[in-house]
Amino acid sequence: MDTIIEMRGITKEFPGIRANDKVTLQVKKGEIHALLGENGAGKSTLMSVLFGMYEPEEGEIFLRGQKARISGPKTANDLGIGMVHQHFKLVHNFTVLQNIILGDETTKFGFLKMEQACKKVVALSERYGLKVEPDALISDITVGMQQRVEILKMLYRENEILIFDEPTAVLTPQEITELMQIMRELIKEGKSILFITHKLEEIMAVADRCTVLRLGKCVGTVDVKDVTVEKLSEMMVGRKVDLVVHKDPKTPKNCVLQVEGLMMKTRGSTKEKLKDISFEVKAGEIVCIAGVDGNGQSELIYALTGLMVPDSGKILLKGEDITRRSIRYRNTHGISHIPEDRHKYGLVLDYTLAENLVLQQYFEPRFSTAGFLRKREINAYAKTLVEQFDIRTGAGISTKARSMSGGNQQKAIAGREIARNPELLLAVQPTRGLDVGAIEYMHRQIVRARDNDKAVLVVSFELSEVMNLADRILVMFDGQIVANVKPSEVTENELGLYMAGAKGGTRK
Amino acid sequence: MRDQKGLIKVLAAPDISKASGAISSAAAIAVGLIFGFIIMLISDPQQAWAGFKMILTGGLSTPKDFGNVLYYATPIIMTGLSVAFAFRTSLFNIGASGQFIMGAYGAVLVGVKMTSLGQVQWFVALLTAMIFGAVWAILPGVLNAFFNVNVVISCIMLNYIGMYTVNMLVKATVFHQYTNRSLPVADTANIPKMGLDKIFPESNASGGIIVAIIAAIIIAIILNKTTFGYELKACGFNRDAAKYAGINEKKNIILAMIIAGALAGIGGGLLYLSGTGIYISVVDTLASQGFDGISVALLGMSNPIGALFAGIFIAYITVGGLQMQLVGFVSEIINIITAVIIYCAAFSLVIRNFIADRRTHKLNMKIENEPKSPPAGDSKGGGKV
Repeated sequence: MDTIIEMRGITKEFPGIRANDKVTLQVKKGEIHALLGENGAGKSTLMSVLFGMYEPEEGEIFLRGQKARISGPKTANDLGIGMVHQHFKLVHNFTVLQNIILGDETTKFGFLKMEQACKKVVALSERYGLKVEPDALISDITVGMQQRVEILKMLYRENEILIFDEPTAVLTPQEITELMQIMRELIKEGKSILFITHKLEEIMAVADRCTVLRLGKCVGTVDVKDVTVEKLSEMMVGRKVDLVVHKDPKTPKNCVLQVEGLMMKTRGSTKEKLKDISFEVKAGEIVCIAGVDGNGQSELIYALTGLMVPDSGKILLKGEDITRRSIRYRNTHGISHIPEDRHKYGLVLDYTLAENLVLQQYFEPRFSTAGFLRKREINAYAKTLVEQFDIRTGAGISTKARSMSGGNQQKAIAGREIARNPELLLAVQPTRGLDVGAIEYMHRQIVRARDNDKAVLVVSFELSEVMNLADRILVMFDGQIVANVKPSEVTENELGLYMAGAKGGTRK
Repeated sequence: MRDQKGLIKVLAAPDISKASGAISSAAAIAVGLIFGFIIMLISDPQQAWAGFKMILTGGLSTPKDFGNVLYYATPIIMTGLSVAFAFRTSLFNIGASGQFIMGAYGAVLVGVKMTSLGQVQWFVALLTAMIFGAVWAILPGVLNAFFNVNVVISCIMLNYIGMYTVNMLVKATVFHQYTNRSLPVADTANIPKMGLDKIFPESNASGGIIVAIIAAIIIAIILNKTTFGYELKACGFNRDAAKYAGINEKKNIILAMIIAGALAGIGGGLLYLSGTGIYISVVDTLASQGFDGISVALLGMSNPIGALFAGIFIAYITVGGLQMQLVGFVSEIINIITAVIIYCAAFSLVIRNFIADRRTHKLNMKIENEPKSPPAGDSKGGGKV
């Protein structure tokens, strides 16, 4: 096979950081080449260089053996490079067809000529089994379909080299399988694929070769068939990582959280986001809510934490009705919450670490007298948390949260919430955006909370996380709980079907 | 709207050590002065140096001059505090002008009518000014907290409503027909000199500056030492996180506006009770002190103590500017200099935040030894860090 892309000795520096350090990447024509690395390893930077968004300080790019200078996405496009971004670049109130031709319209005397384009799109869609409806509005189709529109955009422009930036993050397991099928089809037609990810199973499933980046440097390129998942993760993290969550069996004790018939509409909409939700969480058990994003998980957490008030139904915490209690009341009566969006809810980014660590407690007598903050106590408390949860920062407890790394921000939130010694720990996507090492850490903390007889409710979109972590799994689909199962009684595939709404009915 | 967001971001996040903050403000001032000097050179090369010297030293040439500096500084320190305080809750209180004039009216009303109060009349008048200003700020606060109405819009409207209301009220209650302005206040309603007339003889200085200094110190304590300040700043930096933490963000927004309004109101009271023969004229002009407050807050980096010095500085060059007229320059040059200083101050804040970000970033890199993709141009945005 010929080499289609060769990036030689690429070095890209940003003030204070060397994001890519003499990285070399070779992609052969007609292969699926995975680019693996932790967050911050330099994958995105490297792809941005290839896509012409950054100019490297050193290094050369060869396309089909020819030296190329890529000055911007437009040039990249002309050279046959296309990219599916992690966050799709689609116009929501345009149709599929309009989105595909956007920027490359077929015109006659300045008027749009759509018929030809439509034919081409339909033909492409059939050829690769994409099953896309050209006249559907983007806002009406699923995320998986939107991704296919992005793929069609590249095909329409007859791109040879397709870059997929973490394409599976937003998909259900079934959609992931289908995407992989599509990727294989594309290869058969002679396209070359660069597949960016930090999920090891996907690489094992679909990629031919894999280049691993760590700390901006190229660790090596391997043939996927010659390596194991363990080997890959070791290359990625630089040490051996335990991929399995270790936990001993434990019998749940008394009921801590009880939810009865919760119904809720979103503000200004008549659509029920939560439809008659009932479940319970006991002390000493981890209940995971699985499901595709947007099926009511966020609303459920809002109702539990008090950020939104449900229309009907009851929330009982240790038998006490807290449905209409304030957020502060819940915070001080045993609910801890690791929020989904740590920048929006979890932290005041312009506050120091110390100030953030007492975000729900600053008013307690321990930290304030007569309305004045007791800075010394706050700092002392912050220091113990930093020790205990191994939060690493540039300037200790007076570091601004904004300048901490994502992993340490998450550690700070988790530490704060767990240290408050709650009865009920709510964790929404606790490992989102974290790398393997940090995930391992988060899981251990969650299991420890459960071992200390806390009730734990985790919302996660990652099936492997759900299967690994949960003592019991609830699946949410379209605002309802469609399954209530133990991980030992169910396969990932079955869960996927529940998540897609293909398998319904509550089992108790 | 976008500019305003940017401004708030700049002002609400004075994420800098005090020393480097003072240095950059000083640099902004230097650039502003040089710019002013260049303009003077162009307009009259012979007199430029003499005029420029007057800007620099005019405020200090006699005790009287410095007394007048304090006199001019007093109201704009108060409006500066008002704007700075609201900024910390990420509210852009552009309505200080309306609150200021309402406060002024409250003070004059008490000062003219309630002569029976005797020695405490000035204090009651000042309290009334505070309450009038605070009341005038409630509405934007409530509208913002409950209906998400931008305070800038409601404040601008209330500036005009305030101005015309005061015109109407002055005419109805404390009007002096022939001069088309308010009646003089009683002597007991004037702020006591508190010894400042001894230190700065013949000047207009009064105890008002002491009130302003005390106000700045109180605001600094509230912001930095109290749980209330912690809540206010949390709301300012991140309303969602404040809500998540169980802070009643609506209450805090309204309270922040009330306090900001009270400060501006006191400013109005202090000016019109200064005993310098100043009256509320019935004219269709907004009180400029409210807008000067924005400059003061910006130059003071929305820090209360910073606002104190910024107010004194702007008053200082204003006094120098008045003297500059002696050698034939127009005092408007001072407005140009102030404007350049404000631009530079705003710009240097942006640059400094950028540098501070980079520096801490780098520090983190060393500590954690894990490079990150840079924020700029990273298509992944905030979700993945």
